[in-house]
Amino acid sequence: MPTLWLVVLLFALAAVGFVLGRSRALATAGGDARALHSLPTYYGLNVALSALVPALGVLAIWVLAQPILIETRVSGMIPDELIPEGTTRGLVMSDVRRVADGLDEAVRQGSLTKSEADNLRSDATDVRARLGEVGVALGSDVRPEVLTAAQQFRRMTTTGNIAMIVVIGMLAAGGLAFAYTRTNKDFRARNVVEQGVLALLILAASLAILTTVGIVLSMLFETLNFFKLHPWTDFFFGSTWAPNFRGDSELSILPLLWGTLYISFLALLVAVPIGLFAAIYLSEYANRHTRAFAKPLLEILAGIPTIVYGLFALLTVGPALVKVFGRGEDGLLGVDWMTGATSVLTAGVVMGIMLIPFVSSLSDDIINAVPQAMRDGSLGLGATKSETVRQVVLPAALPGIVGAVLLAASRAIGETMIVVMGAGAIAKFSLNPLESMTTITTRIVSQLTGDTDFASPETLVAFALGLTLFVLTLGLNVLALYIVRTYREQYE
Amino acid sequence: MNDMTLLERDVDTKNIKIAANNVQVYYGDTHAIKDVNVQIEDKTVTAFIGPSGCGKSTFLRCLNRMNDTIDICRVEGDILLDGEDIYDPKVDPVQLRAKVGMVFQKPNPFPKSIYDNIAYGPRIHGLARNKAELDDIVEKSLRRGAIWDEVKDRLDAPGTGLSGGQQQRLCIARAVATEPEVLLMDEPCSALDPIATAQVEELIDELRQNYSVVIVTHSMQQAARVSQKTAFFHLGNLVEFGETGHIFTNPEDPRTESYITGRIG
Repeated sequence: MPTLWLVVLLFALAAVGFVLGRSRALATAGGDARALHSLPTYYGLNVALSALVPALGVLAIWVLAQPILIETRVSGMIPDELIPEGTTRGLVMSDVRRVADGLDEAVRQGSLTKSEADNLRSDATDVRARLGEVGVALGSDVRPEVLTAAQQFRRMTTTGNIAMIVVIGMLAAGGLAFAYTRTNKDFRARNVVEQGVLALLILAASLAILTTVGIVLSMLFETLNFFKLHPWTDFFFGSTWAPNFRGDSELSILPLLWGTLYISFLALLVAVPIGLFAAIYLSEYANRHTRAFAKPLLEILAGIPTIVYGLFALLTVGPALVKVFGRGEDGLLGVDWMTGATSVLTAGVVMGIMLIPFVSSLSDDIINAVPQAMRDGSLGLGATKSETVRQVVLPAALPGIVGAVLLAASRAIGETMIVVMGAGAIAKFSLNPLESMTTITTRIVSQLTGDTDFASPETLVAFALGLTLFVLTLGLNVLALYIVRTYREQYE
Repeated sequence: MNDMTLLERDVDTKNIKIAANNVQVYYGDTHAIKDVNVQIEDKTVTAFIGPSGCGKSTFLRCLNRMNDTIDICRVEGDILLDGEDIYDPKVDPVQLRAKVGMVFQKPNPFPKSIYDNIAYGPRIHGLARNKAELDDIVEKSLRRGAIWDEVKDRLDAPGTGLSGGQQQRLCIARAVATEPEVLLMDEPCSALDPIATAQVEELIDELRQNYSVVIVTHSMQQAARVSQKTAFFHLGNLVEFGETGHIFTNPEDPRTESYITGRIG
């Protein structure tokens, strides 16, 4: 709460700074805005930003750093013998935090005075009961060390908060004063604000990159934890996926990778021809009206949530396939090859449908980028439209199309919902597309949902799977971009 | 007036390759070509000149029905190739374009090897019975395009890697490879430097031995250098058509005179 108020205060200060800076600039120019180096607004913005930006930056760092610092200091106060067998220091620390929160709550509701809360002793008072009265339930009686730690925790948090308000306030006021004194009619406020805009844009860009780095690092650390508990040779070179909670799980990625690649391959087999032909029709044959109507319609497919595709797989495509390939004498083919609705084929077909707009829209752009002069040259030699498309347009667009297909492949490999619902859950090596199989993404979902602790290899394997998947799709994307870039210049 | 009748009689005695009668072209609501009558002789270079947007390229593209690829374009009137109406429903535009080849403003070699660029037309029209014959066609065409000596050692190199002038001669060789009867050239030298232009002009003069050539150009000097007949277009009208020497030295129409002396355009 004090942080929010602090932010509001900072913005108020910035607003005041804006008005002050603007009027001072005008005053130094004798009220004539034409005599200023920049527009009056820029002077105001300069002062406002000088007050706001450093203060907000420090505030953000402070808010993130203070709890970590206090945690480490306080957790040092808890003796090792206090930590029960089988639990960790973290569990005791969460007790400390609950007690500290409980004391805060009690003070706020008035059942304890401030000094009572600070001097509470667990041998004199039943802390658990007192806190229970204000609605904070504790699992066990509070031990004296925990209570002291909690009180210390409260003291440090209060001091930290006060220090934060003082430091931030001084920073903001200082920034405002500094920028205000620099404001005169020759000050190049416009250029300074331009620098500020640049910094903002760089910040946004680096946040996106840093997030990616953060995701990779967090996956990497959990993966390392996994490999401490489970041999990496089994993960990469084993042949069986059989997690159990007795501690002798076989966790090999290979059967899952096979399922993933098989389903993705089937999906591309559906999506690439259909998507490509649709793109060729739209860009080469369709007239403007058809195109204006059909292209958005096709792209609606891309807007359907994948869970809906999953339902479509489970309720429509799967049963339809069973009707064709299964049910023995009752089926369309009179064979009994397929028993359940979930299968590689079901997931592959539906995923292929999902990828059609992806392939067609990218290919359409690429085909349109082939210069009209190429088509004219071919048509002018007496080639028909399809000869032109086949022998001139497609070869010219091929690198781009390959790139589009690789991007679609990486979408297919990372796709989750359709395979969760349509592919089944059996990890195995099989070439039969009518059997159910499972994929990397499906297993990540099943390993991490439900009650889990993040200490067993059966759970941590999800991170190793996720990282492998990430490396795989990243590699495909890089390859796709490389191909597109290398061959693109040739026709410009 | 006397000159005109003389001229027409002169034309009548020659072999007319393409005759356009009362051709109108519309782009949607725009009337781009108004009532054009032209007779293009065989084994002659005919130049179309005129200011930008006067319709000369549009008219050129009517002669091999390239305007068919534009949805909103509509052509009226007769265009006869060897006495046959090319807009007759019986005529296949694809066959027509093999007979009436075209070279474009910007060199547009396909992103294929030099050999495949030339062999493209003969292959789709099935002009060669075997590889040796195709090789012959390619060599003959490249020689006619006056580029054989420059590329004979690197027929497998991509056509896009040649210089601008070489690319344009490659495109001319490619058009020649399908054995057309008429060659349409839409400002073939506008993207070339003077030396490459001179080479292409020389080539056009040689092509006249075998083909009827129609060339659109912005350069009046070029028209004067390469053509025997010149047509002057202005605002969609064919203002004047006649012997090149006659048009440039003694134009009938004041608009033609204004254009060639640089007062308009």
